[in-house]
Amino acid sequence: MNNQPRVDRSTIEAAKSLETYKHGFVTPIESEKAPKGLSEQTVRFISAKKEEPDWMLAWRLDAFRRWKEMIEPTWAMVSYPAIDYQDHYYYAAPKTGARYKSLDDVPPEILKDFEKLGISLKETETLLGVEGAPKVAVDAVFDSVSVATTFRAELAKAGVIFMSISEAIREHPELVRKYLGTVVPITDNFFATLNSAVFSDGTFVYVPPGVRCPMELSTYFRINEEKTGQFERTLIIAAPGAYVSYLEGCTAPMRDENQLHAAVVELVVEDDAEIKYSTVQNWYPGDKDGKGGIYNFVTKRADCRGKNSKVSWTQVETGSAITWKYPSCVLKGDNSSGEFYSVAITNHRQQADTGTKMIHLGKKTRSRIVAKGVSAGRSNSAYRGLVSIHRNAAGARNFTQCDSLLIGETCGAHTIPYVESKAPSAILEHEATTSRLAEDQLFYCQQRGLSAEEAVALLVNGFCKDVLQTLPMEFAVEAQKLLSVSLEGSVG
Amino acid sequence: MLKIDNLHVSVGGAEIIRGLTLVVPAGEVHAIMGPNGSGKSTLSFALAGRETYDVTAGSATLNGESILGLKPHQRAARGLFLSFQHPMEIPGVPVMNFVRTALNAQRKASGEAEMSAAEFLKAFREKARLVGLDEEKLKRPFNVGFSGGEKKRMEMLQMAMFEPAFAVMDETDSGLDIDALKMVGDVVTSLRGPRRGFLVITHYQRLLDHIRPDRVHILVRGRIAKSGGPELALELERSGYEQFTAAA
Repeated sequence: MNNQPRVDRSTIEAAKSLETYKHGFVTPIESEKAPKGLSEQTVRFISAKKEEPDWMLAWRLDAFRRWKEMIEPTWAMVSYPAIDYQDHYYYAAPKTGARYKSLDDVPPEILKDFEKLGISLKETETLLGVEGAPKVAVDAVFDSVSVATTFRAELAKAGVIFMSISEAIREHPELVRKYLGTVVPITDNFFATLNSAVFSDGTFVYVPPGVRCPMELSTYFRINEEKTGQFERTLIIAAPGAYVSYLEGCTAPMRDENQLHAAVVELVVEDDAEIKYSTVQNWYPGDKDGKGGIYNFVTKRADCRGKNSKVSWTQVETGSAITWKYPSCVLKGDNSSGEFYSVAITNHRQQADTGTKMIHLGKKTRSRIVAKGVSAGRSNSAYRGLVSIHRNAAGARNFTQCDSLLIGETCGAHTIPYVESKAPSAILEHEATTSRLAEDQLFYCQQRGLSAEEAVALLVNGFCKDVLQTLPMEFAVEAQKLLSVSLEGSVG
Repeated sequence: MLKIDNLHVSVGGAEIIRGLTLVVPAGEVHAIMGPNGSGKSTLSFALAGRETYDVTAGSATLNGESILGLKPHQRAARGLFLSFQHPMEIPGVPVMNFVRTALNAQRKASGEAEMSAAEFLKAFREKARLVGLDEEKLKRPFNVGFSGGEKKRMEMLQMAMFEPAFAVMDETDSGLDIDALKMVGDVVTSLRGPRRGFLVITHYQRLLDHIRPDRVHILVRGRIAKSGGPELALELERSGYEQFTAAA
């Protein structure tokens, strides 16, 4: 990590470099924001801010040019007013500056925020450097720039690279260049292409051959500034025989304006390697009438390119006004396997269209999908999944289970599974249920002393148990609390 | 003491309980018997505060406090326990989690400290032996895959754990074999005390052989048609409800 508070220097340099732009717009030095709107200049500003090499800038610009030709997708079962992409900021650094040598240097108000959103006491302890706390490395992203990274030394000993992607572009350009965009190409989809052009920061993890990462890696993402779209870019590489478990947790403060969020996560899994990726997402979902709240358009994909490689996605989605998210696995390597465990909770006016894609290319590839949707209030949730077995995927297997739970009379749940198989020897199973939270169950719990809300929380946690138990322990506790909070006000 | 005065309860617009008056003093066990459709379960749900059971007139107090305005969980916190005729299953929630969560919710609501995990486990194991549920079952999700009889044992296990001020037992004997009936009797006997009351709803004398009520009431068409000592149940056993239904 750099010893200098580099944001100041980089701001000055970025501002200086701006003077040379041919269209010559000027941004005030004290501003840590790119000017509102999206243009080639915005892309250049971000790249300059991050002191990126030319190849990175060229990559971004390529993406931007393609994005201009693309049309926003409308097939998802969500509706929202048209997004004015010129009315957003695409880069913002924290006002307090960035990059501290140690946690002692991080302003207490920032740490307090972590406490609030960190929920897991142990992780907060770790972050605060309390002795005896479990080792969870936290690479924190505050409004686009990493402000704290811990345990890097210990990870380095194991040969694990864990840093912000901006740093990785500077310090490990050969690795980034080799893998970036190989799982989610810049032309992939409207939101992924947008991300490729303007991604602000994110996480880079490289676990070398045969190494089992000595700790859970964790990143808290957070959206801070008014009207700032965040565009994280995450790239995780598990070299042959490597293993890593990565936790991602999110929150956002109350907000009136809709906030645009379009992340890209790329996982590369080589022979005999395994990545476990867990997400707890609780961004501001908007108020009871659906005002405000985050728009969450995410592209997450794992490339199981190695033999016997394995990826496990677990997600607990409780926040955001709109969720558009399909963590996927491309099972290229023979005998590779993909898992997707999902809990999606919607309340009030939230809309979620989420699911997964399992693309079976290699022989004897296996996939397992367990999706639990809980809808309350006037919300709508859809499971949308694709299981595709290609011609060469002899002996492929898939098991899919989709369960929906409805709370009240005004919400909706939809299951939209797509299944295609070109391999006669493949075996696919699909189970789906939809049920309503039963009044007699609720009453039973209430008679035993639980309030209506506690009863809902208990029943919903039971309903989601198959998924929650795949989360790392500390996360599971956090997730359980989150389910209760998300469903507050769902019963009278 | 449970005191019910001129209670009227409607379900879906139909009046089921029609002016029921009943007093169960602390320390006593009363039985309610009655033909099908006389309002026995309606009475138990109305006392527990189930939403779809509208109390249209009358009062009900537990130890002097009116309970009719309280939410179901508030009644539970004041010590009202209902043993369900048809207990629910709670998928995904292990038995011990459920019972401990419920117990601690009640304690918290009445300002008591939560029971520690160790303390709970000790009490739970002891009561589980009392009701005859084996440990293997107790690791499962609550009531999931339990037989009818096992679910009733689970009701008794909870009653023993919660030590309620007043227990309403709605046909706890239905579906139970002779050994299990004895177990129910044992649990009630172990809990019987000067400050605790029971209202035992049943069709049959055979449960009362084990419980030995202080008073027996016959419920017909939503009213108490006759009250008496334990001998009233025996009389019913011999001659049936007809004499009471004709009169009501």
